[in-house]
Amino acid sequence: MSDMKTFQKPVGCAITDPAKQSMMLSALYIAQEQKGYLTKEAISQVARRLGISEGEVYSTASYYTLFRMKPVGRNVIQVCEGLSCYLNDGAERVVEYVSAKLGIKPGETTSDGMFTLETVQCLAACGTAPAMRVNDQLYENLTPASIDDILERYKGEV
Amino acid sequence: MVKWQPVLLANVHRPNSEKIATYLDHGGYESLRKALKMSPEEIISEVKASGLRGRGGAGFPTGVKWSFISKDAPVKYLAVNTDEGEPGTFKDRLIVERDPHSILEGVIISAYAVGANRAFVYIRGEFFLGVKRWIKAISDAYQHGFLGKDILGSGFDLDVTVHRGAGAYICGEETAMIESLEGKRGIPRSKPPYPAQKGLWEKPTIVQNVETLSNIPHIILNGAKWYSGIGTEKSKGMKIFCVSGHVNSPGNFELPLGTPLREIIYEHAGGIRMGHDIKAIIPGGSSTPIISAERIAVPMAFETLQAAGTALGTGAIIVMDETTDMVEVIRRTTRFFVHESCGKCLPCRLGGKQMLNLLENLSAGKGSMKDIDDLEYLAKGIYGKTFCPLGTGMAEPVLSALRLFRDDFEKKITTH
Repeated sequence: MSDMKTFQKPVGCAITDPAKQSMMLSALYIAQEQKGYLTKEAISQVARRLGISEGEVYSTASYYTLFRMKPVGRNVIQVCEGLSCYLNDGAERVVEYVSAKLGIKPGETTSDGMFTLETVQCLAACGTAPAMRVNDQLYENLTPASIDDILERYKGEV
Repeated sequence: MVKWQPVLLANVHRPNSEKIATYLDHGGYESLRKALKMSPEEIISEVKASGLRGRGGAGFPTGVKWSFISKDAPVKYLAVNTDEGEPGTFKDRLIVERDPHSILEGVIISAYAVGANRAFVYIRGEFFLGVKRWIKAISDAYQHGFLGKDILGSGFDLDVTVHRGAGAYICGEETAMIESLEGKRGIPRSKPPYPAQKGLWEKPTIVQNVETLSNIPHIILNGAKWYSGIGTEKSKGMKIFCVSGHVNSPGNFELPLGTPLREIIYEHAGGIRMGHDIKAIIPGGSSTPIISAERIAVPMAFETLQAAGTALGTGAIIVMDETTDMVEVIRRTTRFFVHESCGKCLPCRLGGKQMLNLLENLSAGKGSMKDIDDLEYLAKGIYGKTFCPLGTGMAEPVLSALRLFRDDFEKKITTH
C-alpha cells in the first residue's frame, strides 16, 4: 500500500514563505497594470519575487475573474447581468445596446483597441440598476442616453 | 408606520460622510474610548447580551463566536468581510463608501475584545471606490491614534491591512476568504476546525461581516439592554434591508428586525411599478428560497422567515411582479451559481452545469416535461450535499420555484 509520507515535502523543495504568498493577489494586480493583462513574463516575475512556482502563480491567477490572461482594450466595459439589472430592463438589453454601438460582442475588443466588452455577475448596485463598470468606475441607473455619454467620455480620452 | 431613526445609516447622507472629521463631529470613536476602559470579557458579554447575530447571511450569534476564541492563544486575527457579492445585496458597499469609520470603530473594539493585534480587511476587487475609502479611513485612524501601538493610551495595539479580492463570489465564505488572504485559490476548507480555532495561517481567526461590525460601536455606547429592546425575540437590532427589482423606490432601508415584508415593500420601497401585483419575492439574497405574494405579511426576522420555509440571508429583498417569467429568473440565478462554483464538489460543479443546460433548453422552448423532472431531481441531488453552502444556495431557488411556479415551467413546453 502507499506510504503517504513519500508525498510530503520532497527533499530539496523550497518551502513557501506564507507572508510572501499572501502578497500574491496584490502582486498580480500590480503585474496586470503593466499591460492590462498578465503576460507570461509577468507571471514569472511574480513567481520569482514571491518564491512560488510559476505553475502555482498561474493556477491562482486563473481562479480569479479579475485577472486576465489575454490582451484587452484600453477601456474595459463590464455590464452586470444580475437578476435585479435584468428586472430593470438592463443586463442583456445594455449588452445589446453597447454591442450595437461599438460593433463588438462580449469578449471582443474594438479594432482601434479602445474598448473591450465583458459581462459580469452582480456588481452590488441592485438598488440603482441597471449598472456597468468601465475600468474602475461604476455607472448606475443606466439609460441609452447615459450610456452614449459615458462611451463618448472614454473615446475622448487619449 | 413608525418612523425609525437610523442607527447604522445615520451618517451616510451627510456631506463628506466618509471623512474622519465628519465622523468625529458626530460622536465618532466615543464608543472606542468607552470600550478601551472595559475589559475584553465585559465587551464580549455585552455583545452576547445584545443578541446581535451576524449580518453576512448565516446569522450566527456574534458574542458566542467571540467566546470560542482561546484566551491563551498568543496570536489571533480578525478578518473583515467586505466581499459583498450575493445578488440583490448592496448594503456593505454603501457603508464602506459612505461611512468607513463606523466599521473601523467596530473593528478596533472587536479586535480588542478577542485579543487580536492584527486585522485584515478583505474587499471585493470590483469595489474600487470602497478600496480607496478603506485605505484612507485606516490611514486617518492611524494619524489620530486609533490604530497602531498603544491605542489611546490603553496599551492595546492593532494594525489593519487591506486585501483586494479579485472576482470570486465564494471568497465571501469565511474559509475561502482565509485561503484567498493567504494568497491561494479561494476554495472552502473543511469545518471543523472552525476559523475561531484554526483560521488564517492556522491561528484563531474571527471573520465578521461589515454590517455586523458597524453594530458594535452602538452596542457598546448604548448598552446591550437598549439594543435588545429593538427587534423580535430571536432577532435583535436594526437591519439594513436592500430592496430591488420591480419596486418604485429601490434602495437600502434600515429598520428593526421583524418589520413586516409588506411594510418594507409598500411603505418604504414605494410599492410595485405601474401598480402591478407581486408574483414572487426573494427575501434574503439569491441563495434563499423564493416565496410567493401570499407570504407578504411575514416579519423579516431570522426565526419567522425560517418558519416560512426561507431565510433572512443578507436581508436583500428582490421583488418580482406578475409579469415576471420565473424560468428566466431561475436560469439567471443558476447561471450565477454555476459561474461562481469553485469546482471542488461534483454535485455543484457538474449538477449545476446540467441544471443550466436544462433551464436554457426550457427557456428557449426546446424542453420537455422530463426536463422539468430532471431539473428537480438534480436540484435535490445538489441540495445539502456539497462541501460549502454554495451548492445548496444554487438548489434552493430551483426547488422553491418548481414548488410555487411549476406552471411557468410547464407553459414553456405546451406553448411550443
